[in-house]
Amino acid sequence: MPGARVNLDTVSHSTTEPTSPAALAEALESTGYLADDGVATAAFLAMRMRRPLLCEGEPGTGKTSLASGLAEALGLSLIRLQCHEGIDAEQALYEWDYPRQLLHLRALEATADGPVDPEVAERSLYTRRFLLARPLLRALTESPCVLLVDEIDRADDEFEAFLLQLLDENAVSIPEFGEIRASTPPIVLLTSNRTREVHDALKRRCLYHWLTHPDAAREVAILRRRLPGLSETLAAQVAGAVHRLRELDLLKPPGVAESLDWATALQALGSVELDAANAELTLGAVAKYREDADRIRAAGLSSLLAG
Amino acid sequence: MALPGLVGFAHALADAGLGIGTDRTAAFLTAVSEVDVADPDQLYWAGRVTLCSEPDEIAGYDAVFARWFHGERGPNGHVRRSSPRYATLTPETSGADADDEDDSTVLRQIGASDTEVLRNRDMSGLDATEREQLAELFALLRPRPPTRRSLRRRPSRRGALDQRRTVRAMFRSGGETVRLARRSRSDRPRRVVLLIDVSGSMEPYSDALLRFAHAVARRTPGMVEAFTLGTRLTRVSRQLRQRDPAQALPAAANAVPDYAGGTRLGETLRIFLDRWGQRGLARSAVVVLFSDGWERGDPALLGEQVARLRRLAHAVLWVNPHAGREGYAPIQSGIAAALPHIDRLLAGHTLATLEELLGAMRDARRS
Repeated sequence: MPGARVNLDTVSHSTTEPTSPAALAEALESTGYLADDGVATAAFLAMRMRRPLLCEGEPGTGKTSLASGLAEALGLSLIRLQCHEGIDAEQALYEWDYPRQLLHLRALEATADGPVDPEVAERSLYTRRFLLARPLLRALTESPCVLLVDEIDRADDEFEAFLLQLLDENAVSIPEFGEIRASTPPIVLLTSNRTREVHDALKRRCLYHWLTHPDAAREVAILRRRLPGLSETLAAQVAGAVHRLRELDLLKPPGVAESLDWATALQALGSVELDAANAELTLGAVAKYREDADRIRAAGLSSLLAG
Repeated sequence: MALPGLVGFAHALADAGLGIGTDRTAAFLTAVSEVDVADPDQLYWAGRVTLCSEPDEIAGYDAVFARWFHGERGPNGHVRRSSPRYATLTPETSGADADDEDDSTVLRQIGASDTEVLRNRDMSGLDATEREQLAELFALLRPRPPTRRSLRRRPSRRGALDQRRTVRAMFRSGGETVRLARRSRSDRPRRVVLLIDVSGSMEPYSDALLRFAHAVARRTPGMVEAFTLGTRLTRVSRQLRQRDPAQALPAAANAVPDYAGGTRLGETLRIFLDRWGQRGLARSAVVVLFSDGWERGDPALLGEQVARLRRLAHAVLWVNPHAGREGYAPIQSGIAAALPHIDRLLAGHTLATLEELLGAMRDARRS
């Protein structure tokens, strides 16, 4: 049927980009991520300005889930690179599939009549089908997508410099193969827990957002959103108690993940209300250090429930 | 919104001490064009994500934003930084030994023997000339950083098989194994964390200790973190990373608001661990704490925090300037509480003992 050609590009990601921070917040909300003004504006600008967004904040403030929420809201795939000490290009970008290359070479020799021309053989080895794409290369080839570079502070300085170059050019050159360039740059989110200062050059390229714990009302909304069976009372009690815990000077103040765990634990026990008895039983869901648990008990479990 | 107003706002932030260059300002202007500037919230967030780059800058940003966009302008619309206070680092020589005062007016030639004497002089009792000479000697320190095994492998004669290089060599020879390439883990510098007590009782040493910190930081800039402990905790790593001591030291001194104040060592150490140490900064690091151990706060808290530090760190060294003096016994409340939890107690009152400390840092291991 002439004239009925379908543009595959627009079909595969038929997303309409939100036109304001509020519209993006709404799209995020439909995926279950409740963003405040700051998060929504930061993500909106990252998208519009085509700049990576560096998110820092206490653990459990939703840095990582922002990326998955964003991917879902925009109808894009999420590609995640978890950084660790000693991460290198082979783990992050690409690797050649050596065993298959060798097999291929042996097969060439076996099927050839005479000696194999090394030039031709080598050229046939370094082709796309022997290239194992790791997250960064996948992000470039599959873009548009959301690329999450998680806990960049755990990687080494050298890796940061390498990442910087990649983000700058949205392209990578593989010596044996040539250049691979992203047709549209991916939306990039970087997270850091500040165990190490991220290099200034990287910060300069990024938008920066410092995430804080949500306020009590938002936390209640998040709890109810994520745990559909949770009663209003229990959600409010858990959110209130977690807020008081955050003021207690703990080694590890509970994040949203902990309040979700706690509410789930209480739900699993069939509790209707949070009281001193079931708080004691489920304390391990919010306090992950012995010193913290001791401090909470010293402050009095019932004082958490007041108000 | 007129452009000059926005650029002026960025300048006001720079005056307030935020690290803002033209690229940040440009990003800010782009961001503003993407949002609805009539909405103060959107303007606020557009500025915050483009002009701030760490949480410590947010309070400053908030203050300048309120002043600039809500009409609370200061004189000239600018916030001035307080004048440099490097002077507090090098106190007048009047406090030095009376014997030395005659010498200080005469510029002396120093020979090798003088240098040797100076290396072993207590740094708190030096006059201005001697301080200068000592500063030059600090520049000659050659710290060799402690190391750890790296995760990344490098080509090497022995070790695990390097698939990539072996196979590439095989391709070149038509598929025959000619030589097995190997790779092994190499050594990388281990992180060093220096915690310097700048309370009143440590004041005679604080200049020299910052110099020492700079000498260490200059060698492996990315791997050294330095903090001062007084009534509050201040991070000076960034300032000390500058190569030139004439710039690095005043910058670091400027950053510390609480020279020669009191100490609540346990409390500040707790803040260090909460904000930095626990998250990973102190993890597997060699931590050196410079303090005389006079604790005004609760010694039990200090003991608890040093124990916590030790659980995170590779090794904890305590350097006490008084520990080198004759008849010293670790009886100060703070040291007594911390002693069970530290790997070594060292002296640090002379250049020679600081050199020994460098050796101890390199060879530090859990005792």
